[in-house]
Amino acid sequence: MPQLLLELFSEEIPARMQAQAAKDLERMAREHLAAAGFLPEALKTFAGPRRLTLVAEGLPLAQADRKEELKGPRVGAPPQAMEGFLRKAGLTQDKLVERDGVYMAFIEKKGRPTAEIIAEMVEAIVRGFPWPKSMIWGTKKLRWVRPLKRILCVLDREVVPFSIEGIESGDVTEGHRFMGEAKPFVAKDFDEYVAGLEKHFVVLDVEERKQRILEGCKTLCFARHLELVEDQGLLDEVAGLAEWPTPVLGDMDPAFLSLPPEVIRTSMRTHQKYFAVRKAGEEGLAPHFITIANIQAADGGAVIAAGNAKVLSSRLSDARFFWDEDVKVGFEPWLEKLNGVTFHAKLGTMAQRVERIVALAGEIAPLVGADVEKTKEAARLAKADLASQMVGEFPELQGVMGGYYARTFGLDGEIADAVRDHYKPQGPSDAVPTAPVSVAVALADKLDTLVGFFAIDEKPTGSKDPYALRRAALGVIRIILENGLRVSLAKFGKEDLIAFFADRLKVTLRDQGKRHDLVDAVFALGDDDLARIVARVEALDGFLKTDDGKNLLAGYKRASNILKAEEKKGALPVGAPAEPAADSAAEVGLYNALRLLDKPLKEALAKEDFTGAMTQLAELRGPVDAYLDGVFVNEPEHRDNRLRTLAAVRDAMGQVADFALIAG
Amino acid sequence: MSREKPKSFQSLILTLHDYWSRQGCVILQPHDVEVGAGTLHPATVLRALGPKAWNAAYVQPSRRPGDGRYGENPNRLQHYYQYQVILKPNPENMQDLYLGSLEAIGLDLRTHDIRFVEDDWENPTVGAWGLGWEVWCDGMEVSQYTYFQQVGGLDVSPVAGELTYGLERLAMYVFGVDNVYDLPFNDPDAPLGATTYGDVFLENERQQSEANFHGYDVAVLKQQFEQMEEQVPLMLARSYQDKALVLPAYDMVLKASHLFNLMNARGAIAVAERASYIGRIRDLCKMCASAWVEQQEAA
Repeated sequence: MPQLLLELFSEEIPARMQAQAAKDLERMAREHLAAAGFLPEALKTFAGPRRLTLVAEGLPLAQADRKEELKGPRVGAPPQAMEGFLRKAGLTQDKLVERDGVYMAFIEKKGRPTAEIIAEMVEAIVRGFPWPKSMIWGTKKLRWVRPLKRILCVLDREVVPFSIEGIESGDVTEGHRFMGEAKPFVAKDFDEYVAGLEKHFVVLDVEERKQRILEGCKTLCFARHLELVEDQGLLDEVAGLAEWPTPVLGDMDPAFLSLPPEVIRTSMRTHQKYFAVRKAGEEGLAPHFITIANIQAADGGAVIAAGNAKVLSSRLSDARFFWDEDVKVGFEPWLEKLNGVTFHAKLGTMAQRVERIVALAGEIAPLVGADVEKTKEAARLAKADLASQMVGEFPELQGVMGGYYARTFGLDGEIADAVRDHYKPQGPSDAVPTAPVSVAVALADKLDTLVGFFAIDEKPTGSKDPYALRRAALGVIRIILENGLRVSLAKFGKEDLIAFFADRLKVTLRDQGKRHDLVDAVFALGDDDLARIVARVEALDGFLKTDDGKNLLAGYKRASNILKAEEKKGALPVGAPAEPAADSAAEVGLYNALRLLDKPLKEALAKEDFTGAMTQLAELRGPVDAYLDGVFVNEPEHRDNRLRTLAAVRDAMGQVADFALIAG
Repeated sequence: MSREKPKSFQSLILTLHDYWSRQGCVILQPHDVEVGAGTLHPATVLRALGPKAWNAAYVQPSRRPGDGRYGENPNRLQHYYQYQVILKPNPENMQDLYLGSLEAIGLDLRTHDIRFVEDDWENPTVGAWGLGWEVWCDGMEVSQYTYFQQVGGLDVSPVAGELTYGLERLAMYVFGVDNVYDLPFNDPDAPLGATTYGDVFLENERQQSEANFHGYDVAVLKQQFEQMEEQVPLMLARSYQDKALVLPAYDMVLKASHLFNLMNARGAIAVAERASYIGRIRDLCKMCASAWVEQQEAA
């Protein structure tokens, strides 16, 4: 079956857009082909620095012929209706067939040649491609991510002829810009195309480019007893910057190793897109780097290595200059500078924020077993590095630099660690701080952000969360739970913020496979101690998986339905149920079960033994079932006492969770 | 004109002039008003707009008062040169033409690693933006390459392609010099004697740095800024032969922009005020751009 090969060849496509472009090309092509009734046997797309490519296998050369039935006007309908129908059907009246008093038209639709459909498809894709940013160029009106130079489009080894704003389709493409002949070549199918690219020094598949990079790096490292410091994000990026990625190892002046490794790595990665290396089996960095060149140079890369080494050297000289200048300044002048830095127009300066964090951290310290004075000092210094030159240059090193500077200035180790770690956790895979002083400052930092932005009504909405408040709330939740801290959130925020935490906790628990209705059922108790909430949810989750749990929940729902129905007739009787007559076994059974339950349930709850509390509740299951099956509540002379009994069941269970909010 | 590999800062410039001249560019001289970037030369900002074709190349000194280091930093200057090329409409083979210019100055494209790395250029003070790249040679940014999409808040159509070469940095790389002041300004073997970049500019960097950071009177700068700001619409309201005086008005915008840069270097502009100053300059620039396009389209 015929194969379609399409290549959109352009000037350099930003690396960060390539992966999504390959996906968009695939989606759009599938949609167009499906709309034309084609289902390719296989369809694959590729993206690289200068090209988007699609190959589809198993397309017919034409659409199948189709018969269409069109229902026309009734016999005797006005002539205008008939004229309109004939125009639409493209037939004369003698070709119509009368069926059940209605004129019918039968139209044979010849399937169109696939090439025509492909030509339309490519035009639609090119004109409607969802690039995050696109441009016009020269005198054209066409938009593409950068100027589009060529379109290769062959179906079954034949060029699909079309032209889009003066760009003619063809069977010609180009290989590497500089290597090989650097001349266009012909490709009439995918095999020729891939082989041609290979011959002209282009690796089509991004995964192969990554493989080539990693293997090249490992070979270079192995020879020098080095190890690559792996960096997935960097790998993804550099694989989009070179068609013939060729790792080149360069040297760095070992004197730079006195800089913190984070500084060296950040400078290498953000400015130069280099990989760092370390000595095999050792911590820290080795005085080398690997750059991923786009050519295999005639001289083996010596010029490239030397040139890059020089650039890195000047970058690291800048970094060292920042370090040297910073250690001459120190925390106090930086803190002074924070007076002039606006945190947010409505939330004051950074210096004011620091004051708030100090106060808050001081309150939190005793709750987490941290020394109050150390905590306040750490909080006071935590944001100072924002005024340092190094953090000005590399904002992602905030905190990290503060930690280094604190140690350099001889500050207490716990304080230095807290300064370093107080932004943590910065993402789901980032570790949470565990040292008490760090925990207190990290919590204060996030709570101040949350309380502040909630107070000025800058809450996240939908996908918009410009101040990363969800991340901050999640950070608070993780720090509390993973450190087993016992704090009441109500101390720090109003109802809307507590509800926001509840919401984030639900997301967290749902990600762990917990039902969100259970979280609601527990939150309804008004508790704001996250550790206790989670313990309750876990116990409840376990309980509801047992037979007793499921049945008791059903019993609860029946009881509360009865209570709700009766409540509509008038206020329910209050007070504890009286002892029922001895001859009513079901009533006596439930009465006794409730009486026996009261004390151990309260004890278990007081000890926060929620699994124990559930076990106690399980004792109710049999008596509740028997009661609901055997007792008629609305018997006039017993009604009040029986309603009191059901209310007692509801109240007893309500101490554990609001079962009314549980689905099922 | 010799087509040998350049050996000095000035022969690098001459080589680029020669190369772009051969492509059909008019070779201009610098604009005589202080600007913060070569783009701001009216040959780029104004000529990029309107329907007419325009191909030009020129050297423009850039003034960055805040970047002065008293001549003590080996690669930071408050006055340095940019080589600018503007091609409108951008030719189909503009990338090839650009790469040809690198070969002309002696870079072997099969030995060096040339990369086009995404960089979306914008200049908020003139309401301009475009898409393009930083061009890297062995990891060093040697040029900015931009397809202008808007200037002065107006669409650039046909599109103009702009190239900016940081001349000192490029020269340091090509000649293997680590300190800008050691760059050979003329041929080191010149019969009349060798002159370095430092011989020409070191004292200028020292004096101008002191003036930029401590010398200018902030109150005077502020007053001058406000005067320029007032004058721009007045100048645009005047006309000669039925044409508003756009070119003199634009010079005033440039002066206002430079005064702003000086105030900024003096630390006289609070963070919160910055955006408002930039907005004021942009508004002036937009007025000029609109008037310019009107004249171009009428012509």
